[in-house]
Amino acid sequence: MYTQAMDTMAREGGGKLERVLSADEQALQQRFDARIDAGDFIEAKDWMPDNYRKTLLRQISQHAHSEIVGMLPEGNWISRAPTLKRKAILLAKVQDEGGHGLYLYAAAETLGTSRDQMIDALHSGKAKYSSIFNYPTLSWADIGTIGWLVDGAAIMNQVPICRCSFAPYARAMIRICREESFHQRQGYDSLLVMMQKGTPEQKAMVQDAVNRWWWPCLMMFGPPDDQSPNSAQGMRWGIKRVSNDTLRQKFVDATVQQAGVLGVTLPDPELKWNEEREHWDFGAIDWDEFWRVVGGEGPCNRERLEKRVKAWEDGEWVREAALAHANKQAMKEAA
Amino acid sequence: MNTTSHEWPLWEVFVRTKAGLDHKHCGSLHAADPKMAVQMARDVYTRRSEGSSVWVVRSDQIVASDPGDKDMFFDPAEDKVYRHPTFYKLPDAVDHM
Amino acid sequence: MQTSVQLPTDPAVQYLLRIGDTCLILGQRLGEWCGHAPIIEEDIALTNVALDLIGQARGVLTLAGQRCAPALDEDQLAFLRDERDYRNPTIAELPRGDFAFTVLRNAMLSTWLKLLWERLRDSGDAELSGIAGKALKEARYHQQHAADWVVRLGDGTEESRRRIEAAMAQLWPYVAELFDDDAVEAAAEASGLGPPASSLREPWLAEMAEILGEVHLPMPKQGNFRSTGKQGVHSEHMGYILAEMQFLQRAYPGGAW
Repeated sequence: MYTQAMDTMAREGGGKLERVLSADEQALQQRFDARIDAGDFIEAKDWMPDNYRKTLLRQISQHAHSEIVGMLPEGNWISRAPTLKRKAILLAKVQDEGGHGLYLYAAAETLGTSRDQMIDALHSGKAKYSSIFNYPTLSWADIGTIGWLVDGAAIMNQVPICRCSFAPYARAMIRICREESFHQRQGYDSLLVMMQKGTPEQKAMVQDAVNRWWWPCLMMFGPPDDQSPNSAQGMRWGIKRVSNDTLRQKFVDATVQQAGVLGVTLPDPELKWNEEREHWDFGAIDWDEFWRVVGGEGPCNRERLEKRVKAWEDGEWVREAALAHANKQAMKEAA
Repeated sequence: MNTTSHEWPLWEVFVRTKAGLDHKHCGSLHAADPKMAVQMARDVYTRRSEGSSVWVVRSDQIVASDPGDKDMFFDPAEDKVYRHPTFYKLPDAVDHM
Repeated sequence: MQTSVQLPTDPAVQYLLRIGDTCLILGQRLGEWCGHAPIIEEDIALTNVALDLIGQARGVLTLAGQRCAPALDEDQLAFLRDERDYRNPTIAELPRGDFAFTVLRNAMLSTWLKLLWERLRDSGDAELSGIAGKALKEARYHQQHAADWVVRLGDGTEESRRRIEAAMAQLWPYVAELFDDDAVEAAAEASGLGPPASSLREPWLAEMAEILGEVHLPMPKQGNFRSTGKQGVHSEHMGYILAEMQFLQRAYPGGAW
């Protein structure tokens, strides 16, 4: 889903042909291609084609933005968590997401940009983040559902990126994946308790949350393969390893079974086991909704960005003060 | 100290998981001063008991080999196989050396 | 609508709640910064402090609950008391304010908690002593983190100086309550459960003087204002905290979470 960058680039007219290379650069390009084909890693200071660098920078920074913005929908329920254990778990999870954003900003910085530049791109609306976080968390069950479905989808997307050709991104992903599985398990656990031991009102809360989050989660994997022209280049470069549709199908297959154990109904009347394909068939996704939300017209786009901009602007004096103090200390030591 | 930029400098973080092991590079973070960098490294990179010791180094202080020099720096080591113990075939009776 | 739990008048329970509720309510305030801190690294740091405090709250509330009859668990105590039965000093419940307010309050309360945990290692209650041993390490880190920030802001820019001075003026009136003795404190001292509040005043002032001295931030004069959170008479802020915190437990009686 973070390869949403490549999908949206198509609409924005990005991903054009590379400029003409000099003879030296052609040799470097050949070596680069050979390393990619051999499954080797590219490190930050290695030569790389301009578009490889640009695509990665976009994808990694938007992945980072997603983690940071993603702290908000779940952070919304920290003060209202129903038990001290759940409060601690949610704090730890949202904290992890901040940490993931940090690892990813760090990986992106190795490509020649700065944290401030990336944050500026997010706040000005130039950079995007995963559109799933533009949906509201309306009940406590949303928190469990996000863990189960949103993190579940994220894990499915992230595991292949652990083998991304760009090593700083791959290493960040390995770190993230190690932490991520707790995220899905805690969410599922929270829902399981409510479905198995909860009151009828709690069960209704869970079903309502699932009804609202299911389709947006399927959209997380991006447009269908035949509408994702940049995916091929991503695959060629070892940035994207598995296609949108393949991942989406994998997610549906895994989740249907999990939903069964929970005792919730997935809100798709066309969900049916296909004996021939050996996969679950599912209904049509409303791609208009996807593009609307990506384009800024989702339920929470404005609020999410406002909150991030406010936190950054409110924190300006703090960052300035810390730097001023550090400078004063440095001058004292130099004297 | 960079006084023109308003951004906190970037630091590389190295964590030793337990006594006897090396410090391993695990990522970077932004901090305004050394004390903050060490504290943040602890908060960001050791929440799952991954650390007994933390080093932080300003990223602009790292001196790295030039990838362009990779060939001349590192290839010459490749054919000096006699540096490796496995190069030497000894009778089984004394092979535990 | 879930009704409130009733508390015994046992002074030992009151004493424990004064500690546990401070951790709980301060942890609740710090959790509000999650996703809104000046920089991600600090988001993570403040959340760590909040997590430590929630952990301490869980330990102490569990202990307090065991001394109730019928026994109450940590969540019944955390989520189902009437406002008047919460015993945190008022300073903990004040809104988080700006970053200067938060770090200065953290410096004050972490210093207080550190001194308290140090003494509670010698508590006659073995479990409380155990909790204190672990919590002390956490409080030391919290104090260092907060103190470092007080210094950075106290000797940073003009604006940060202005804000930390404003924070000091706002917070100082609420400090006196921390060291007030009463029957609850006397009973704790007599039974060996823990030190009386007044015994922490001098060491606290000394440590705060050291932190504040680094940036020449004077302690304001002691006025006659007295907050009364420890008696269960809180500020107007407490109602809002509890309304949010307790909502789910109250709205879904008998719920499983």
